[in-house]
Amino acid sequence: MYEMLSSFAQTGGMIYFVLLFAGVLAYALWPRNQEKFDAAARMPLSDKEPNDD
Amino acid sequence: MANVIARGRSDTSTVLMVGALLGVFMILALLMAAGAKDTGMAVQAWTFIGLAGAFLVGMSMWAGQLLGRNPFDQSEYENAIVKWGVAASMFWGIAGLLVGVVIALQLTFPHFMYFPEWGFTNFGRLRPLHTSAVIFAFGGNVLLATSFYVVQRTCRARLAGGMWPWFVFWGYQIFIVLAATGYLLGITQSKEYAEPEWYVDWWLTLVWVAYLLVFLGTIWKRKEPHIYVANWFYLSFIVTIAMLHIVNNLSVPVSFTGSKSVQVFSGVQDAMTQWWYGHNAVGFFLTTGFLAIMYYFIPKRVNRPVYSYRLSIVHFWSLIFIYIWAGPHHLHYTALPQWAQTLGMTFSVMLWMPSWGGMINGVMTLSGAWDKLRTDPVVRMMVVSLAFYGMSTFEGPLMSVRAVNSLSHYTEWGIGHVHSGALGWVGYISFGALYCLVPWLWKKKALFSKSLVEWHFWVSTIGILFYMISMWFAGITEGLMWRAYNEFGFLEYSFVETVDAKHISYMIRALGGLLYFSGACLMAYNLVRTVLGHGEAESFDTIDPKYARPHQPVLQPAE
Repeated sequence: MYEMLSSFAQTGGMIYFVLLFAGVLAYALWPRNQEKFDAAARMPLSDKEPNDD
Repeated sequence: MANVIARGRSDTSTVLMVGALLGVFMILALLMAAGAKDTGMAVQAWTFIGLAGAFLVGMSMWAGQLLGRNPFDQSEYENAIVKWGVAASMFWGIAGLLVGVVIALQLTFPHFMYFPEWGFTNFGRLRPLHTSAVIFAFGGNVLLATSFYVVQRTCRARLAGGMWPWFVFWGYQIFIVLAATGYLLGITQSKEYAEPEWYVDWWLTLVWVAYLLVFLGTIWKRKEPHIYVANWFYLSFIVTIAMLHIVNNLSVPVSFTGSKSVQVFSGVQDAMTQWWYGHNAVGFFLTTGFLAIMYYFIPKRVNRPVYSYRLSIVHFWSLIFIYIWAGPHHLHYTALPQWAQTLGMTFSVMLWMPSWGGMINGVMTLSGAWDKLRTDPVVRMMVVSLAFYGMSTFEGPLMSVRAVNSLSHYTEWGIGHVHSGALGWVGYISFGALYCLVPWLWKKKALFSKSLVEWHFWVSTIGILFYMISMWFAGITEGLMWRAYNEFGFLEYSFVETVDAKHISYMIRALGGLLYFSGACLMAYNLVRTVLGHGEAESFDTIDPKYARPHQPVLQPAE
């Protein structure tokens, strides 16, 4: 039981984290997201109030 | 329109909900005070009743003056709570640093403020008072204030939950006072950085869940489609601290009217849980929260976009994935299985990369505005904080390596390492954010005095250097003395000789702490004068109208 659980946690955990992180990298580096990220990088610079458009 | 009115009405009802909750807890506290098993419990329960009662009375008087005006106007940001947060940060910061100077002097001169028959000012009680005051009271209030400021502006929405943010703020101050007075009374569950007893832990859990819901609620009603990276960092801080706090404080009270409780875990499981908590308090309280400050305040202050937004995303996920595993490096050469120690060490070494990635992203945000390092001492303070961050996140992985740890562990090197991170990184990025926030919130053109910021910067920086270098010296000296053997295979030095060897270093450290404390006092003075509108802190209304931003359209009298 312990062997089964531990190998599931170790191997499964590794695969899960590697895939999740690969997903993060793909999202961050996807060329089509560049425009959105450029806008996001400027977000602190805006001085808008809640009702401004 | 109907929607706006309905939202206003439901926000107003939160005043009643918070009032009812306070009432329930005051009754519980009264029951605890009535049947208190120990004096400490009685004092704590009455303290709670007093503070919660003051909050309730204050809230009622405030609500009575409203007369149909909606206090939760959705077209404006909630700034008042951020102002209170700034004031609380400065107050607890000064208090926490002062206690730090006192205990540094106690280590140097053991009779300083030591009254054997009294007990309240013993080192053992003041030390947790210092650590909790600077981490949770100062750092926590800086994070509350900045997170409430940043989440509103990057979501373009007023704080959610009506009265609940105020419950979070005042509830958190009640937590601080209960914890602090408890330590002085000798109430502790003896877990480092988690000393408060079970009833204070329950109260903090309640406050923290409210904090999470307020933060999530604000993100939920955001007008910006993208959730800005600083909010991700704040959110990871809030969620992870909730998890760490609950698991590490699993305990069974001996009595529901007594202050004492018994931990659920014991032995090495307890030690592992404690350092899983302890190191992630560093990772998710003192790092991700303050990185959120970096990602908002540095771009804002230097008026440049984030250097690489892509890097910020990779930075965030890699940092939180890795940090959570680093705790076991606190337990080298203990009963913890070797593989777990090695795992902690490996993840600590890996942590170097996301840490430096984040630091580089913050520093490079100055691209095109490097002159501000010279002209704006507030920017310099925040960039130097990143330099200290880079240094302590290099030193940390180094110290986590088992062989290095065999020399550094339990020595003053650890204290020096913690303080280069705390004074240099956390302190300076917080000071930078507070120096930004005060003129922004109170609508002043500038701070009262820029040269006082220069003085603060240099006095504190010299203080940090005194602190770090003396502790490196003391730590390596005692580490080497502890492992020195003579030709017969006996220990070369008795323990007291290794303590005596640190005396001069202790004096230099106390001086460094005093300088850092003095810098913070200069800052408090500067900020108070700024709020009062003295010196260079002119109001926006009295200067060029193009800077003045009318709150609402001004009604002109008919011709």
